[in-house]
Amino acid sequence: MRLDRRQFIKQAAISSAFATAGSLFPGISFSQWSKLAGNSAVISWQKSPCRFCGTGCGLLIGVSDNRAVAVKGDPACSVNKGLCCMKGYHSVQALYGKDRLTRAQVRKNGKMVEVPIREALDLVASKLQETRDRHGKDAIAMYGSGQWTIPDGYVASKLFKGCLSTNNVEANARLCMASAVTGFMTSFGIDEPMGCYEDIDHADVFVTWGNNMAEMHPVLFSRMVANRKRRRDVTIVDFATRLTRTSQAADKTILFKPQTDLAVANAICYEIIRNGWVNWNFVNEHVSFHKGKTDIGYGTEDHFSFKDKAESIDFEEFKTFLEDYTPEKVEKLSGVKARDIKYLASLYGDPTMKITSFWCMGMNQHTRGTWINNLVYNIHLLVGKISTPGNSPFSLTGQPSACGTVREVGTLTHKLPHGVVMNEKDRELAADIWEVPVENIDPQPSNHTVAMFRALDRGDIRFMWIQVTNPMVTMPNLKRYRDGAQKEDRFIVVSDVYPTPTTDIADVILPAAMWIEQEGMYGNSERRTQHFAQIVDPPGEAMSDTWQIIEVARRLGFEKQFSWSEQDYIEKIWEEYRRFHAGPKHEMAPYQVLKARSGVQWPFVDGKETRWRFNPKYDPACTNGKDFDFYGKKSHRAWIWARPYEPAAESPDSEYTFWLNTGRVIEHWHTGSMTRRVPVLHNAMPAAYVEIHPEDAAELGVVDGEKVKIISRRGEIIMPAQIRGRGVPARGMVFVPFFDESYLINEVTLDAFCPISKQPDYKKCAVKLEKV
Amino acid sequence: MPIFSYLAIPKEGAKETLCSELSGLDYCQILPADNQDIVVLVTDTPDETTEKSLQETIKELHSLQSLSMAFGYDEKNDKGEPDHET
Repeated sequence: MRLDRRQFIKQAAISSAFATAGSLFPGISFSQWSKLAGNSAVISWQKSPCRFCGTGCGLLIGVSDNRAVAVKGDPACSVNKGLCCMKGYHSVQALYGKDRLTRAQVRKNGKMVEVPIREALDLVASKLQETRDRHGKDAIAMYGSGQWTIPDGYVASKLFKGCLSTNNVEANARLCMASAVTGFMTSFGIDEPMGCYEDIDHADVFVTWGNNMAEMHPVLFSRMVANRKRRRDVTIVDFATRLTRTSQAADKTILFKPQTDLAVANAICYEIIRNGWVNWNFVNEHVSFHKGKTDIGYGTEDHFSFKDKAESIDFEEFKTFLEDYTPEKVEKLSGVKARDIKYLASLYGDPTMKITSFWCMGMNQHTRGTWINNLVYNIHLLVGKISTPGNSPFSLTGQPSACGTVREVGTLTHKLPHGVVMNEKDRELAADIWEVPVENIDPQPSNHTVAMFRALDRGDIRFMWIQVTNPMVTMPNLKRYRDGAQKEDRFIVVSDVYPTPTTDIADVILPAAMWIEQEGMYGNSERRTQHFAQIVDPPGEAMSDTWQIIEVARRLGFEKQFSWSEQDYIEKIWEEYRRFHAGPKHEMAPYQVLKARSGVQWPFVDGKETRWRFNPKYDPACTNGKDFDFYGKKSHRAWIWARPYEPAAESPDSEYTFWLNTGRVIEHWHTGSMTRRVPVLHNAMPAAYVEIHPEDAAELGVVDGEKVKIISRRGEIIMPAQIRGRGVPARGMVFVPFFDESYLINEVTLDAFCPISKQPDYKKCAVKLEKV
Repeated sequence: MPIFSYLAIPKEGAKETLCSELSGLDYCQILPADNQDIVVLVTDTPDETTEKSLQETIKELHSLQSLSMAFGYDEKNDKGEPDHET
């Protein structure tokens, strides 16, 4: 049955009203809608997770005549309980932009020419083989995404690591959550949050660490605000470097100077100890103390290498280490009043209050990203507020499957679906499941993301296949990597759904099926795996990224490893992948269970999901007979780390006087290649801007909307100023969102990274401003 | 041929009455929230005059505390084709 123009507008009117109601009344539900006369006959509804952030909201997609025409929140999904944000409500419109890529293109004599996709796939396979034969196995690379489905990432890893013997497999999640991974691994020996979103319903206090949740995770933020409204004794503290919508809703905002979160976190620990708020029962039973290397560098040079070395210390050494971080000393460094540091410490220290810390890019995109993750865990561990409902240090992810596809499947250079390439047993398990000789799997990691693009620039990598991501907008110090990708004798394949600056540099463009045009799974921030069926057909010759890889693998002679049929390949891949995670620590739900539910949390053991890990009341993997079991570490203890404050890689000086901070806005998904094609979202936020503090703007003589040139040591960009907009940076800082490819702010940013996680710091570099 | 959607907030305890009164009006479709005293109202009228008259009628309902517009569309003012017409 077709949906006519008038019906469509009416659906839009209803959706807008739902969106407005959702923003004003978090948790509001309209589940009767589908039962109304005139609706159910026109539209059939199918479940899917949203693909526009890492929250994993359950959506119901309304389909009419093989076209997705409406969205509502899924009341059966515990993540969002029927609520969506503006991106979610308008998400299906991203499928239908007028310039959708529907046919393959190949560069011939400098021009992109449409070809049948079979011909393009032939070329991809032959170029890959030729490059590997001529330049070696590590001259080829796959660069994927936290928006890859789990099967996408799994087959990419299987082909490149298992069959082609290169560990040049990376994903853009390296840019968004690698520090969270290394934070978990170093503190707990196992990745991903111990808690779940239900913590929001139990916590008395929330501290957002450099995290504008109101725009980046709006549905979770709404749950938090709803909790405060319902219980009235809930406190939200926004600990940030600029004022945002989160600040507007918070009970208190505390601004700190960039990078000094390290010092403030240590000062909180100092205060907890000084006031006798340490939970000794917990610390004595479940924690050990350690220190690592210091003065660890920033990775701005090629071939940078760093390996941390942990040394055990005792509590007294840790206490002595903290003496450099008295609130009064840290006030001078951070700009945070000593009384505010003491206030934060009192919130964490009060044994009657349950406290949840949230963070995302502010802590992860940090040249000491691993350290600041460790330090927030330190705070929770000292007071024993962890792994119980409402007590949760919670790292949020940005992308729909950064956890599912990158962290769990292991699409990073050092990872395998279970464990790491360096571990012989992990290699043997992978070789067994993949049916390849164990010698195929190289025991040495090769290139993390920044190193991979540096290798492409140098010519060490000659062939790169990029799927579901847009690095020619997102790479820091962008010019170097764009120039490198366009050098002679480089071959770039890009699988995407719309033209982007990355398809501009491609030699082959493969049209990809998007989201619900294929079957797949995502894994969200709270260890929830979410299945979605193919709900509508992809346009033209567009093909799922998984199937593109399978097609190329077969052309390379790996029919045995990629023998699945198009009818059931997702189910078969899932059941093969599940074998890697067998056991109570990470058991994944069977395919049929995933298919039936709006997401299932792992470990999924004996038909039960695990909401809080390391707590035997909830987690079947706990075996030590105590009230907590941090089984990721051999000692079954979590690690508290002595990690110092160290400055940013580049700070303002007499010439480059401002900090530059970059990030996102609620209307747009990452580089905007999809959401800018949704008219409502594009009209709501049509172009990027530079936020300037009103007093800095007055000194520059710039008024709202006037053009400003932002200059760094790497490049410059001219863009309009925004003064007193939705965000207001502190004096001496500017903020630029990166969603707008017309203003490539990463021409200006610095490719410094955390030496442990290798995640770049997009939040801090030095720039100067000129009025244009 | 205007189409509007609104959030209608009933007076305390008057949600059912408001739903009943709105349902009784021509050109009105209502979608009550399950868990809040909020009603989504969608009006689909043949012309601007009818729309204005309907708005006046709605505003006079005793069970209504407030009415906030969420979406407005009037075909005569529409300059382009919506991207999603099927």
